Amino acid sequence: MADTMIEVAGVKKAFGTTKALCGVDLAADRAKVLGLLGPNGAGKTTLVRILATLLLPDEGSARIAGLDVVRDADAVRPIIGLAGQYAAVDETLTGRENLELVGRLYHLGRPEVRRRADEVLERFSLTGAADRQVKTYSGGMRRRLDLGASLVANPPVLILDEPTTGLDPRSRVEMWGFIETLVADGTTILLTTQYLDEADRLAHRIVVIDYGKVIAEGTSDQLKDQLGGDVVELRVASPGDLDKALAAIAELGDGKPQVDAEYGRLTLPAKGGPATLMAAARRLDESDITLEDLSLRRPSLDDVFMALTGHSAGADGSDGDEPQPADDAGGGRRGTT
Amino acid sequence: MTATVTTAPALRRARPITPLVAVGDIAAIARRNLLRVARTPQLLVFSTIQPVMFVLLFRYVFGGAIHTPGSTYVDYLMAGIFVQTTLFGGAQTAVGLAEDLRGGIVDRFRSLPMARSAVLAGRTFADLARNVFVLALMVIVATGVGFRFHNGAVPSFVAMIVVLAFGYAFSWVFAYIGMVVKEPETAQVAGFIPLFPLVFASSAFVPVASMPGWLQGFARVQPVSVTVNAVRALTQGGPIYHWLWQMIVWTGLILVVFVPLAVARYRRI
Repeated sequence: MADTMIEVAGVKKAFGTTKALCGVDLAADRAKVLGLLGPNGAGKTTLVRILATLLLPDEGSARIAGLDVVRDADAVRPIIGLAGQYAAVDETLTGRENLELVGRLYHLGRPEVRRRADEVLERFSLTGAADRQVKTYSGGMRRRLDLGASLVANPPVLILDEPTTGLDPRSRVEMWGFIETLVADGTTILLTTQYLDEADRLAHRIVVIDYGKVIAEGTSDQLKDQLGGDVVELRVASPGDLDKALAAIAELGDGKPQVDAEYGRLTLPAKGGPATLMAAARRLDESDITLEDLSLRRPSLDDVFMALTGHSAGADGSDGDEPQPADDAGGGRRGTT
Repeated sequence: MTATVTTAPALRRARPITPLVAVGDIAAIARRNLLRVARTPQLLVFSTIQPVMFVLLFRYVFGGAIHTPGSTYVDYLMAGIFVQTTLFGGAQTAVGLAEDLRGGIVDRFRSLPMARSAVLAGRTFADLARNVFVLALMVIVATGVGFRFHNGAVPSFVAMIVVLAFGYAFSWVFAYIGMVVKEPETAQVAGFIPLFPLVFASSAFVPVASMPGWLQGFARVQPVSVTVNAVRALTQGGPIYHWLWQMIVWTGLILVVFVPLAVARYRRI
């Protein structure tokens, strides 16, 4: 059996004139997390829907455990689990009824359906709420149940579409813990996210996509190394000093400085490390700029994303002129976020 | 996290979808939809209030002005009300499916190794079960306002089967509409667009002979009229087979066209 569990080659998909995916290649190894990172509208959900056999690609091929998601869709479905940001559970059913329904539809035997539902409820700390209708659940509980539903049949491949979007920080960390356990048990996971810290923490490999294209790929460290070294970051005390600070240190950097006006923050790629930091400190002092903070640090994935795309990963389509390759175009699920 | 016995994930082989497996899937989905109905009783109450209003409206407001040769108006009217009630109730199929689409649960179902027809068949069967309940209630209401079965038990029973079968066929039309429009609010309105001309330009409430000539041609042959006429003949007496075979042809036609259409739509939604 191949050790590449998820394989996508040259997948293209357009909705009308909107190109959602323009030739995507990626691969995920067994018992590893492949992080698919990109802003809203990058094409993440479209790719997820193709892998989950919900949508047909226009071109290219996608395979799960060697099985083609189009030709062998019937064989793919029993070995995948799908969960995501929409928490696709039935509100009027109880948690247990939801899990048992999914178990039956995976065609597990009746005793196994019961046993697995109990196991999943326990694993996700939902035993106490098992017989309550889902509409009484909190957001975090729903998401746990949704993830649990995708695990009822213990599928070796899990597709998680932004599993922590909209969750509070505590629930996010909890969800990360569950995902890490699953991987330790041998599950292969494709995880889409727009959160860099999430990809940084969970993903063994990261594929960055933007406008339906893969723009970078590698481990978190490899992506950070693409920036070629450290980053000088500073925060000015008064916002008016930001331009002055930029002028003072711009030429010291080894790349384009990034300005975050909202927080009075400036980041500068600095291959020179401490030497660049010292030089920056001297110049800022000479220019009489009061700083809140000045530091040298390893680049974050956010810096990488900024350098690769010219916009922040969290930028929620805020540039008014960007075309919107809507992830949703094939799904009919709109306005739920 | 609590320690649990977890079996390592395994490559599960696809089980071929035999008819028996498909029936199991349909039953699972139908059960889920019926649980939803049972747990939102207010929906059921509202879906029975409307037909009762129609009964009262036609029986006591319009009825006096409508002349029906050969029978009292209340006996004439109820065949139309029975058919109308199951058809209007079927619009819930469109709304329910559109709600499932919006909630994302249809995506979950489509990613599962279940029969492709089960979500739709389960939905339409659940709506059929609900229609049985609503129809039973309407018979009680009808009896309360003076309606009587004048043609014996067996034909009356067959009449109820005819009403339900026709309503069932139509719920596939609504299933298709629900998946095309995708928005529950729109589905509600869109469902009524084909219903209005079919229900009102028919023999359900007034004799076709009272309509202008150009409308009579349509009103005589369309499916709601022939079904109402069959039910009327079965409950009140009169030529049964002339209408019954037409009703069977229409019901078959609707199923033959809309079941494949709806399933194809579901596969590629």
